[in-house]
Amino acid sequence: MGDYLGIVVMAVLALSFVGVSLGVSALLAPKRPTPEKLDAYECGIVSDQESVERFPVQFYLVAMIFIAFDVEIIFLYPWAVRMRALELFGFFEMALFVVVLLIAYAYILREGVLDWAPKRTLDRETLMQGFRVEADRAKAALSEQDRGRKSEAA
Amino acid sequence: MEKDWLDHGITILVVILIFTVQMLITTFLVLFERKFVAWMQVRIGPNRAGPWGLFQTVADALKLMVKEIFVPRGADRTIYMLAPFLTVFPAFMAFAILPIGPSFEFVHGDKTHVVAIQGANLNVGILWLLAMSSVAVYGVMLAGWASGSKYSLLGSVRASAQVISYEAALSLSILPVLLWTGTLDLQEIVAAQSGWNWYAFGLLLIPFVSFFISGMAETNRLPFDLVEAESELVAGFHTEYGGARFMFFFLAEYINIMTISAVAVTLFLGGWNGPWVPVQADPAGWQVALGVLYFFLKTFVLLFLFIWIRATLPRMRYDQLMSFGWKILIPVNLVFLMVLAGLVVMQEVGAWPAGFFR
Repeated sequence: MGDYLGIVVMAVLALSFVGVSLGVSALLAPKRPTPEKLDAYECGIVSDQESVERFPVQFYLVAMIFIAFDVEIIFLYPWAVRMRALELFGFFEMALFVVVLLIAYAYILREGVLDWAPKRTLDRETLMQGFRVEADRAKAALSEQDRGRKSEAA
Repeated sequence: MEKDWLDHGITILVVILIFTVQMLITTFLVLFERKFVAWMQVRIGPNRAGPWGLFQTVADALKLMVKEIFVPRGADRTIYMLAPFLTVFPAFMAFAILPIGPSFEFVHGDKTHVVAIQGANLNVGILWLLAMSSVAVYGVMLAGWASGSKYSLLGSVRASAQVISYEAALSLSILPVLLWTGTLDLQEIVAAQSGWNWYAFGLLLIPFVSFFISGMAETNRLPFDLVEAESELVAGFHTEYGGARFMFFFLAEYINIMTISAVAVTLFLGGWNGPWVPVQADPAGWQVALGVLYFFLKTFVLLFLFIWIRATLPRMRYDQLMSFGWKILIPVNLVFLMVLAGLVVMQEVGAWPAGFFR
């Protein structure tokens, strides 16, 4: 065990702290559960829905990208420690590895995986153009109606 | 050197001391933060429990202990009960590996004993820390998932995405230090910064700043506390927790802040190094004490910075948070690492003399 003795002692201390405070709490705390108390918190109103089971897919994507980066970091650690001994060979090997990762990173960026804000697909000019088209169409429809009414009157 | 019962006894004693100090500092850190934020907002802050509100945290802890413990109906019972342990346990464990003061020797009988003011001198050193911070993510994630509440689930999903993103940045900003010293051993990293060769004073200032920022995000502190975001998520992943279990989450948060500050001090600010405390085989008693004092002083400076930033900055938006982590911190750290590696290799090969830059 040797070096890990301190870790074990710390673990015992942490566990006993947690155990003691839970034990004390179990002894001192009241226990009066009511149906309303056991409901999920909903700002005071009675909840009529189970907790959400769907959330944005981007969270999954981040988890996947993280794995790629984390594996890379795992490789970087031993290399960083021994880098002086590995000299130029090690440096170029790792540079190649990082460049490959950066290419993947650029692809991720281009695909918009890391864009969390709502996409702004329309700029102001296009938007205004759309409004103008809509306005023209509405105007045309109105004058059509007018013409119809006039012919009726006639 | 073979270790005997005395060495083991000393280790146990040191760990108990570290644990006590950890608890004490955390207790007063909570009070210090509340007082300080209060002063910055022109309030008085806690002032009822004891002189200057000194016992406020103790009173809070006692209050939380006597609060009812219940499990919400929609919760996954086992995981709901387990999650607070998974958060607080690694928080305690991470601090055990940090070298707090210089090692000293004493002679007992015919044998010389070395006392390291450090819980455990692991040869994997800093990797232990990363492992513990990874385990802590599970606590947050499972707490939110098992609670059976919308706010908890959303908070925990946000939390896991945030913490793993910034963990990548955190690990990347530790790498330059390892590259520079060529060891994972924290004692050696501290010894390498003796004199005024603190890493934050040289090229490694960039990873230091990045480490500090990702540390803030990793511990879910303002301006990165979207995990809790009271204004939108009630209390985030620990909405459904109360009593002693909530206390564990709260405690873990503050222990983590202290650990991150202490790690930053060890890696970038010279650990226990300072004036009149040289790295030597057998320092005098007062030098050891001074070294420990330096370590905690530097840690307190960083802790103060944590609180200062909390009182100053507003919360970030989630998309800003994610793009800051992924589009700025990670690429900058990666590129800096490769540039530094290039410089070191050129020096090894002999393109310029050793000590040309630092």
